[in-house]
Amino acid sequence: MTKTFLAAFAVCVLLSAGLAAADTPRDAILTEFLSQAKSADPGFAGFSATRGETLFRGNHAGGKPDTPSCTTCHGAAPQDKGRTRAGKEIDPIAVSAAPKRFTDPAEVEKWFGRNCNSVLGRECSAVEKGDFITFMMGQ
Amino acid sequence: MRKWIILAVLLGGAPAALADERLPPITNEAVKKECGACHMAFQPQFLPQRSWRKMMDGLSDHFGEDASLPEATRLEIAAYLEANAGDVSGSREGRKFVKSIAADQSPMRITEVPRWVGEHRGEVRESAWSDPRVRSKANCVACHRGADSGWYDDD
Ligand code: HEC
Ligand code: HEC
Ligand code: HEC
Repeated sequence: MTKTFLAAFAVCVLLSAGLAAADTPRDAILTEFLSQAKSADPGFAGFSATRGETLFRGNHAGGKPDTPSCTTCHGAAPQDKGRTRAGKEIDPIAVSAAPKRFTDPAEVEKWFGRNCNSVLGRECSAVEKGDFITFMMGQ
Repeated sequence: MRKWIILAVLLGGAPAALADERLPPITNEAVKKECGACHMAFQPQFLPQRSWRKMMDGLSDHFGEDASLPEATRLEIAAYLEANAGDVSGSREGRKFVKSIAADQSPMRITEVPRWVGEHRGEVRESAWSDPRVRSKANCVACHRGADSGWYDDD
């Protein structure tokens, strides 16, 4: 009896440890963007999913003509698969549909760097990056 | 049942017979990952060295998108593409592609190489290119399901 209980308990601990570990990289990425945002503006109040959605859905001027919006490739529904201009399917960008999203800092930086430049014609700020991820975590 | 065995033998036998026409699959992980994110990673044999050099020097405006890479990765990929380009690799199909290009031209698109154009002229209905499942001529896998592993002689 105690043995079964202990085994079950161990499984629970392992499971929750696993879940916590899976979340850590994304939290660490957000924490980094937060500290960058605060060092640029000490009064910064925190990331906003609403601003993130505006960035995601907006049609932007200033970028390259073929890519006016994040939705050009990621699609209007973040839970659905996206499609590049060359016709290749890409995984959904919403965390609920693709749990590995925003967990590798090098990938996150590489794609913000490219896609913000393509769509906005400039780099995204730490605030914009944090807002975008915050919005996608709720999707 | 016997029909299936014969079919299996035919299918299994085909690759060996056509091995000559196959393009070698890409073996470099960085090329597979970085050049396969927005479209399939195209086999370097389709273009000459001079085309790859030009392309890898202009990744920040790559067909209207920013595809730039950290410098070390860019150099690794450029070296692989140039080492396996159509004018230096032993691939027969690659040699035919490169031979069809005028010496003073460095095309950036495989789909503009004269041999590519010739192979598709009359083979594909004009309307097929704009089919939503295809979307782009560069979407090789939409029609060549084995394109990723070097098979184009499939349909
Ligand atoms: C031209 C097509 C295209 C556009 C436009 C685009 N993206 Fe992407 N995005 C991609 C591709 C391709 C990937 C990498 C493949 C994948 O992760 O599925 C990607 C990946 C990303 C990632 C990495 C996600 C992760 O898992 O770490 C982020 C962040 C991102 N995009 C943000 C944006 C933002 C913000 C915009 C708008 C400003 C945008 N993208 C517009 C094509 C695009
Ligand atoms: C950020 C997205 C992106 C990445 C990453 C990317 N490409 Fe592209 N590539 C494109 C787009 C968009 C096109 C134009 C597609 C079209 O016209 O349908 C293209 C087209 C091409 C073509 C011409 C296809 C044709 O029409 O014959 C080649 C060759 C090519 N890319 C090679 C590469 C190589 C090599 C890499 C890796 C260093 C790479 N690409 C990485 C977006 C990308
Ligand atoms: C709309 C469909 C379609 C698309 C997209 C397409 N092809 Fe083809 N391709 C064909 C057809 C049809 C043929 C002729 C039948 C055959 O020989 O397979 C062909 C023939 C070829 C051949 C000659 C095969 C042989 O040995 O006879 C090559 C090589 C080839 N395509 C490469 C490509 C590459 C590389 C791309 C992407 C850059 C591409 N194709 C995109 C439909 C397509």
